[in-house]
Amino acid sequence: METKSKKQRILPAGEFNVFLRVLQDAGYETIGPTVQDRTIVYDTIVSSSDLPAGWTDEQAAGSYEIRKTGKSLLFDFNVGPHAWKKYLHRADLLLWRAKTNGSGFSIQEEDDSPSKKAFIGVRACEVAAIQKQDKIFLKSQFTDSAYQKRRANTLIVAVNCTKAGGNCFCASMNTGPSVLSGFDFALTEILDDKRHFFVVEHGSKLAEELLNKMPKLEEASAKECALVREKMNEVSENMGKEVDTKDIKQLFYDHYDDHIWDEIATRCMNCANCTMVCPTCFCTTMEDVTNLTGTEAERWRRWDSCFTMDFSYIHGGSVRPSDSTRYRHWITHKFAAWHDQFEESGCVGCGRCITWCPVGIDVTKEIKNLRKSKATV
Amino acid sequence: MSRVRKPKLAVWKFASCDGCQLSLLDCEDELLTFAEVIQIANFPEASRAVIHGKYDISLVEGSITTSHDAERIHKIRRQSKILITIGACATSGGIQALRNFTDVSRYIAMVYANPEYISSLNKSTPIRDHVYVDFELHGCPINKYQLIEVCSALLHGRAPVTPSHSVCMECKRKGNVCVMVAHGTPCLGPVTHAGCDALCPSYNRGCFGCYGPKETPQTASLAKRWKEIGATNNDVVRAFRGFYAYAEPFRKESEAHEDE
Repeated sequence: METKSKKQRILPAGEFNVFLRVLQDAGYETIGPTVQDRTIVYDTIVSSSDLPAGWTDEQAAGSYEIRKTGKSLLFDFNVGPHAWKKYLHRADLLLWRAKTNGSGFSIQEEDDSPSKKAFIGVRACEVAAIQKQDKIFLKSQFTDSAYQKRRANTLIVAVNCTKAGGNCFCASMNTGPSVLSGFDFALTEILDDKRHFFVVEHGSKLAEELLNKMPKLEEASAKECALVREKMNEVSENMGKEVDTKDIKQLFYDHYDDHIWDEIATRCMNCANCTMVCPTCFCTTMEDVTNLTGTEAERWRRWDSCFTMDFSYIHGGSVRPSDSTRYRHWITHKFAAWHDQFEESGCVGCGRCITWCPVGIDVTKEIKNLRKSKATV
Repeated sequence: MSRVRKPKLAVWKFASCDGCQLSLLDCEDELLTFAEVIQIANFPEASRAVIHGKYDISLVEGSITTSHDAERIHKIRRQSKILITIGACATSGGIQALRNFTDVSRYIAMVYANPEYISSLNKSTPIRDHVYVDFELHGCPINKYQLIEVCSALLHGRAPVTPSHSVCMECKRKGNVCVMVAHGTPCLGPVTHAGCDALCPSYNRGCFGCYGPKETPQTASLAKRWKEIGATNNDVVRAFRGFYAYAEPFRKESEAHEDE
């Protein structure tokens, strides 16, 4: 996918269904935001009427609410509890089955042929998260074939955030709010007195071909493009939260033995919600099961979390038995050790770990506290 | 795979409702296979035909509430190679452990017309407090698939897959929306042992904690949050004083709020 900006076009909001149909006709299952259980989650959408038109979300530490706005905007909200990793890096994946035959056994690989999926409404922080997981699963020493198959069948329709959420800090992490690369389409939704439309940019050859299947879309004027830039600057300035990333790696390494970790441990329930909702957390565990007769076995791969005792269990016990060491491990990996491992930060500033922490632990606040505390190492 | 001899299984009942042992009979699809690989030797709920011990595997349901039972569990232990406790009663004392927070003679006087016939201990205690237990399977009632899993693991010499992390991880893997964060519904999920596949939150209900405390539960932090979203002291006491009332982390948390 190229990053250079190209000719931008105008898609009237009323024709969003035409756009969805072009993707569906090209064999893509369209997946996007939709309201379920008073929350905006990602699920299969058939038409634009499945999108959360007129809904927005209010997020604070440990709280999430949606409300009606009275406007007709289709994407007037930020990220919910689901991350796209649920489609690319499955929570539960059967890797293979084995059956006994005579004195030995044979392994049957799972027939893993994922369907083509178009992700509708991928935010800048989420594109960045997908790129980080790409780096882990596709560009490291080993390739994760399950991820690779799904990723190759994915079309990304990004949507720029035209509002910043209460827990957003993508501007600090340099991942948003504008989507700059890693997309097939990038849309910005504009609603003014007279018109409701999307400014559409394409970022891949495939997207260009798909655009050609649409009824001719008029080119965006310089004024409309300026409107997008203006809107995005506004979002940047209104970020709900921020993180000072200057020398952040050293900050964590210098505070390895800080008393702050013990204080956080009085609040952190090590329930693992933060790692489950984090769009970049990628750890898994393997589970081997057998049937009662011992003639069949299965190997499953499931999302795991560094907050569990099993995660660091080796002969003799868990390496990180206390709550404080587990919290420290997670946040230090995310903001510091990730730089050593993957030469970038592991955080994209989406704020999910803040919203979906049942007790509202806020990483941005904890990092501020860490900066105020004297180095211990 | 041919076996010289099928392992002999016994199912024992102490103070309990029978729900956990019935989950073995509830394994409809797997029951015949189960009987093919394991000799169900002593299971009065299933058959009057009792084959006497020793037993390779004993499944023990219920808590110890009488001095007679406190003796009986030792006999069972002596007859069993492997003893597995099943359910909240056997692993924590169960709902009947509510007596542990008060004077049981008051209850006896209230319930029975002739209290003098009742001989009961002051406390309802888990089997672990009396004899060595090889494995504890949690839940009220236990999950039948987990029971099959524990037996399969035992038969084939591997560790059972019954993780002790939070219910939250089951919720999130399923894609459930957090009822506490999104709806303000008090939920015990963050401190509760997984195993039910997040049954209640999957129906937009808060977790009741029927699988007991998870590993390293941080109950104080959860209770604090519950109060911030509107729960009273009494709500907190009642939540922690459910099926796992006498499990130490839950007991301590309920007592902390009772005193307030």
